[in-house]
Amino acid sequence: MSVSSEEFTTASGTSEMMSTPFSRRSLLLGAGGLGAASLIGINGMEAAAAAKPTVRWANWSLYLDYDNKTKKYPTIENFIKKSGYPTKYFEVIDDNDSFTSKVQPQLKLKKDIGYDVVTMTEWMAARWAASGFVQKFDDAAVPNKKNVVPFLANRPFDVGRHISLPYQGIIAGVAWSKKSLPKGIQSLDQLFAKANKGKIEVLSEMRDTIGLVMLWQGTDISKPFTEAKFMNAIDYVTKMIHDGFIRQIKGQSYQEDLISGDATAVIGWSGDINQLNLQNGNQFGFAIPESGGTFATDNLMIPSTSPNKAGAQALINYIYDPMVSAKISNYVTYINCVEGAQAAMEKVNPKQVHNTLIFPDDKMWKNLKIFRDLTPAEQIKFSTAFQKASGNG
Amino acid sequence: MAFLHATAKHGSSETKKRSWLPYLLLLPGLVWLFFFFLLPILTLVSTSTKTPGFGIGEFDQTYRFANYWDAIVNSRAQFLRSFEYAGIATVLALAIAYPLAYAIAFKSGRWKNVLLVLVVAPFFTSFILRTIAWKQILGSSGFVNRALIDLHIIGPQTHLTASAFAVVMGLTYNFLPFMTLPLYSSLERIDPRTIEASGDLYANAITTFRKVTLPLSAPGVVAGTLLTFIPAAGDFVNAEILGNPNTKMIGNVINARYLQIVDYPTAAALSFTLMFVILIMVTLYIRKAGTEELV
Repeated sequence: MSVSSEEFTTASGTSEMMSTPFSRRSLLLGAGGLGAASLIGINGMEAAAAAKPTVRWANWSLYLDYDNKTKKYPTIENFIKKSGYPTKYFEVIDDNDSFTSKVQPQLKLKKDIGYDVVTMTEWMAARWAASGFVQKFDDAAVPNKKNVVPFLANRPFDVGRHISLPYQGIIAGVAWSKKSLPKGIQSLDQLFAKANKGKIEVLSEMRDTIGLVMLWQGTDISKPFTEAKFMNAIDYVTKMIHDGFIRQIKGQSYQEDLISGDATAVIGWSGDINQLNLQNGNQFGFAIPESGGTFATDNLMIPSTSPNKAGAQALINYIYDPMVSAKISNYVTYINCVEGAQAAMEKVNPKQVHNTLIFPDDKMWKNLKIFRDLTPAEQIKFSTAFQKASGNG
Repeated sequence: MAFLHATAKHGSSETKKRSWLPYLLLLPGLVWLFFFFLLPILTLVSTSTKTPGFGIGEFDQTYRFANYWDAIVNSRAQFLRSFEYAGIATVLALAIAYPLAYAIAFKSGRWKNVLLVLVVAPFFTSFILRTIAWKQILGSSGFVNRALIDLHIIGPQTHLTASAFAVVMGLTYNFLPFMTLPLYSSLERIDPRTIEASGDLYANAITTFRKVTLPLSAPGVVAGTLLTFIPAAGDFVNAEILGNPNTKMIGNVINARYLQIVDYPTAAALSFTLMFVILIMVTLYIRKAGTEELV
């Protein structure tokens, strides 16, 4: 996942979010305390397991189950107990580019970047792999690797999953306010209908917004496509902005506009809509458009500079235990990537077992596409075009 | 710098020992300027002529000065819009702040301090939060929009947010204290006897204002307009939160170039150009205004 720089949390949602225990954003508001909390969690354990070297995991904010009462991360606590590795958890990633540019100089100098496990979105994970910034798994040390869902078992940048395993998945599709659009939205034709003019918002994540439009225009975004195909989608979005259909291009803050009614139909992320519905009583619908939805994963990897590969592998293997994975999913409500977690969810929270926005069914998997890797030159050219469409030059 | 010469002129053996003192006193400021102004500016200029290297975020120095031309041509709409919005916001802020500052300086009596605190009070909350608050006040379900629709002042489908109106309004609101405070401080310094004298010389209220009050408050006007215009022209928060894709300003372009596209050279070229253009505009403005008191 990637949160653009325009992210701001509103004051309006504060009170209601504070009361729900498992909203990522509710915790964001207490982020100051969170860093401290993650440190408290470790100190007690360090003495007990001083013999083994520490495992340090860099992750996105509010992306792991957290106990508000004990101010600890149960998954981390249980891992420490089970493995004996002292573990530090850092919520330091809020953007793929800025995190990578921060640690890149040390990676190049082969100096410890301070993390043994990092969590990068796939396109960035591919770039780390291409630059040789990651260590290969010893397959015997990560037996749970076999649990990765078939859809994600082989990715172009990591066939056979030797250097990375997906942590969580994110679907982009269409979402709507049920009050304004009781019939819902099943396709992009319906999203860009006249009735929604001026009330449509789309994501500032290029691969999602342009990806969905390209799929709708009949281009398979997971296979090689030409620049012209990409620009066709850019032209369409530009026209929709110019004609006043698209009101704004936003990161996660589109949620506030859905709540306020300023936006009624959006291109958005499944996990956001899950959490909005938990907080606001099921007012919003989400669907993967008939023409297909986009899918992205955040991937667990071991940086080439990690001095504790064994500990890192133990942690990744632990996260890939179906029961552990189900517990994490019950909290973060993104797409689960571990086979067997759905069955384990029966014991964790039976209400979530059939939530297709955590455990997509086969039909949904078939309708999801992952945006292909872009070369650095394409990356600059395409994102420049997308920013231009967004009005940013 | 005048005092440096003054001390040097003495030339006696006693002052020779002291002549380095002024430099020593300047040292902390100079060190600060070196590390946090000069070095960043040099880095910025050097980045601005680079071209993309092998990987993302890697750039090679090729002294490509055409970066500037490309950046300006590509973003001229946002450049012009920034100056337009900042200009309108500055004029609006002046129109609102002058009577306000005047009232506080001359008519507020014992409420003066309370009113001054009220002017500064918004600073106790984050800039971003205040801007988001405006989004909600002006939002489709907010009372302003509803009231205007009910009064048939705007059409039923009109929305106030995500518009140029909201951006300019946000800029005006956010920078109003920067206009009010310098105006107040120069109005407050006016000797009331000069106004009395003007009355004694048979000038009416309007003439007194035109010939006495306004010229004496000119330094405040110049300082206030500069303190409003410069940050408003470089602002991106208001356009991001209150605007739409057709109301983006140059700050948004620079932000996107740095953080979304990871095209540092173009971002650096745009930043430097913005700084340079503002510097020229300000120099011309101060010359025209001719207020030595400011410098």
